Amino acid sequence: MQKVQDLPGKAPAAARSRPRSRDWPVRVACAFLVFILIVAVVGPFLTSGDPLHINAANRIKPPSAEHLFGTDAMGRDVFARVIYGARTSIIVGFVAALASLLLGLAVGLLAGYFPLADATIMRVMDGIMSIPSIVLAVALVAITGANLGTVLIAIIVPEFPRVVRLVRGVILSLRSEPYVEAAISLATPTWRILFRHMLPNTLAPLIVQGSFVLASAILTEAALSFLGVGLPPEIPSWGNIMAEGRTYFQLRPGLIFFPGIFLALTVLSINLIGDALRDRFDPKLEKRH
Amino acid sequence: MLGYIVRRLLSTIPVLGVVALIVFLLLHFAPGDPAAIMAGDSATPAQLAEIRQRLGLDKPVFVQFFYWLDQLRQGNFGTSLHSNKPVAEMIAARVGPTLSLAVTTMTFSILVAIPLGVYAAWARGRLSDRLVMTLAVLGFSTPVFVTGYMLIYLLSLKAGWFPVQGFASLASDPIRFARTITLPTLALSTVYIALIARISRSSVLEILGEDFIRTARAKGVPERSVFLRHALRNAAVPIITVIGSGAAFLIGGVVVAESVFNIPGLGRLVVESVLARDYPLIQSLILLLSVIYIGINLVIDLLYTLFDPRIRY
Repeated sequence: MQKVQDLPGKAPAAARSRPRSRDWPVRVACAFLVFILIVAVVGPFLTSGDPLHINAANRIKPPSAEHLFGTDAMGRDVFARVIYGARTSIIVGFVAALASLLLGLAVGLLAGYFPLADATIMRVMDGIMSIPSIVLAVALVAITGANLGTVLIAIIVPEFPRVVRLVRGVILSLRSEPYVEAAISLATPTWRILFRHMLPNTLAPLIVQGSFVLASAILTEAALSFLGVGLPPEIPSWGNIMAEGRTYFQLRPGLIFFPGIFLALTVLSINLIGDALRDRFDPKLEKRH
Repeated sequence: MLGYIVRRLLSTIPVLGVVALIVFLLLHFAPGDPAAIMAGDSATPAQLAEIRQRLGLDKPVFVQFFYWLDQLRQGNFGTSLHSNKPVAEMIAARVGPTLSLAVTTMTFSILVAIPLGVYAAWARGRLSDRLVMTLAVLGFSTPVFVTGYMLIYLLSLKAGWFPVQGFASLASDPIRFARTITLPTLALSTVYIALIARISRSSVLEILGEDFIRTARAKGVPERSVFLRHALRNAAVPIITVIGSGAAFLIGGVVVAESVFNIPGLGRLVVESVLARDYPLIQSLILLLSVIYIGINLVIDLLYTLFDPRIRY
């Protein structure tokens, strides 16, 4: 959030209760994220339940000692499904975010450093960004058919142009830096200028942007799966569990709420950490969109 | 000013062109032969060839693209593969509910978010500010469908104030319209309110650091006036910018919210067309929603001059 110290005028309670005490939401967020990561990695050992085990006699039961979050329409243990779902949602989110960042970085370097490529690349990026991302993702899945790979592509394509724009901006501003001009006049090879002198400068904004891309990727996967155009139903993800819970929502709201709460808290944690990173690295960096 | 408007309008043409090209190529490389789908299983090769020729599918991709553009220009959006109705007709039938939902959401969000953001800026650093800002982060971290189902659970199932799902148009039944549109509006608004409130707070805070604010305070302008007249007015540009870029979330949100609340609008049509793989329909819908998004941002660019007289083109 906004830094307060350099603003003149009335500075209410802010001056008194400053720095450390207000860090707690970020710490809780970090702790929760670590918790979710651990759940995603060792999840299968945390639950004896099998997320795919169908038990027709045990359909849509309320939460109990045996089934902490109850059972779904096919008698599967919802707790186990949410735990396994964490793994899917987190892996899909991280892979999609990382791919968006790398692709965005590569294309952004190109656009920022080579004016010839710039105009074309940026027109295409503007075009992609003019298509609302959920709509584009839904359409991409429609065309390619829903499986893990196509869902990843459907998340990456709407996401990476924002990274391109960010990286390009950084590179453009670096081009006129004296040390870059010096490097150019010393006939430093282009790849060396790009990777040695420019790339490190993109790191801080990329890390900040990365957290928001990650949050967005996890949300997009959930939305796609929720709409029934995401991961195939046999892979438990938070979005899928909710999609299947819709029919029985009035009877068992937990079918949507348990995965929903995990999803919201995970994304909330990532966003809070992202905000903190942004304040730390660059308070002037553009505020998300 | 007029020159600026014309130039700004012209500048959307390349973007529209690129969007059209992306949408065209997207569907062009989709698996399945449209001619085969149209002709049905019992078609002879001769019939297939005839359909291909009629649709221009035997021409090079480039020619097909311009043929398609020309068709769009004439208002011919193609025929649904599924229902065999003209796509334009199917879309027109679904515009109403989506438009109502978008208008109520935008109005409600702006009315709530800007005062909230200004309040947070005024209470900067206090508990209430931090509360509002944490809620804002929570707001755009919670997907529309989770918020939607929470609202259905609390306000429909438990409290019984609103119907669970459904929709009635304003013209046919104003009371039922109000009852059915409230929950989807609230669900969709959370993300939007969060975005606008955050940007309102930070832009007002940024303006508060300017010299003219110190001058205003020094000459004894009441604090209320400093915030509303001096700070908010000058913070308008980033705020309306985010209202425009946030429209993408709104459009994406509509797709999800209409599914949650069972509203027969464009968003549902998107999902239905995707599940049915109705390519001409998908194509037109993506194009339409993108054009709307581009249009909103165009209007917002033009509004800049209205809100900030310093901007002259």
